[in-house]
Amino acid sequence: MQANLEETFPVQFESGPLAVRSALAEILTGLSALKLEQEELGTVELVLAEALNNVVEHAYPEGSPAGPVDVNCMHRSNGLHFTVIDEGLPMPGGQLPLGLQANIDVDMIDLPEGGFGWFLIQDLAKDVVYQRKGERNVLDLRLAVAVEA
Amino acid sequence: MNLSSTTDGDKCIVTVNENRIDAAVALTFKDRMRNETEGGPNLVVLDLQQVDFVDSSGLGAIVASMKALGSGRKLALAGLTPTVEKVFRLTRMDSVFSLYPSLDEALTQLEC
Repeated sequence: MQANLEETFPVQFESGPLAVRSALAEILTGLSALKLEQEELGTVELVLAEALNNVVEHAYPEGSPAGPVDVNCMHRSNGLHFTVIDEGLPMPGGQLPLGLQANIDVDMIDLPEGGFGWFLIQDLAKDVVYQRKGERNVLDLRLAVAVEA
Repeated sequence: MNLSSTTDGDKCIVTVNENRIDAAVALTFKDRMRNETEGGPNLVVLDLQQVDFVDSSGLGAIVASMKALGSGRKLALAGLTPTVEKVFRLTRMDSVFSLYPSLDEALTQLEC
C-alpha cells in the first residue's frame, strides 16, 4: 500500500541566513512517513531550498527587518503541493522571474555565478504560481513525487 | 566552513569536511577556497565526498572558486553524490567542470 501523508503540516520560521537549513530539515522530517526515494528527497530539498533562499535574500533583504515565512505541504494524488508565504518585498514586476537556463557557452571568466535558482525551480517543479495577496507573497508549486498510481 | 587541503605532487586536493555547501556558507566557502589554493599547484581537486547537498548558491560559489584560480589553473570535482551531481547536470555545469565519481578515480585519471 502506498504510504500516505494524511495531515497537512505547516513549517514556520523567521527569515535569517541559517533558518532555511533548519526549516528544510523540519520539512524533510515531516515527509519521512512517505518513504520517498533518496532522489525524490533531493529534489524536494533542492526546490524548497531555492524558494526559501529567495525569500530570505530578496523578500527580506539584508538591512531590512526579518519576517515570518510559512511553508505548507499537502499530499495529493498528483504529488506534494507546497505553499510558501512571506510578508516581505514583492517579486520585481509583481511576477515570477523567467527562470531561463543560464548561458554557459561563454569564456570561463564570464561564467554565471548565480541565476540558477529559478531555473531549478521551474525545471523540477510543476504548476509554479506566484501571487501578491495584500502584503504577502504567496508561491505555490507542486512536486510530482509520492504520486498515486 | 571546514576545508582542509593536501598537496600531492602537482595537485592540490581540497577536502570539504561538511555535508552542505548552501546559501548559509557560500561566501565563507569562497574565502576558504582562496586560502587553501592561493599560490598552490595549477590543478586543484575538490573532494566533495562528504557533501550531500549543494544549492544554487553553493554551485555559484564553486564556479566563483574556479574563476578565482585564474587562467592556466583547473578545478576538478570528485566524489559527487547523486543529488549534488544532479544540480551540476541540470544547470549544464557538468560540461564546465571535470567530474569524477570518487577522489581515487580523479587522481588516477588526472595522473600525467
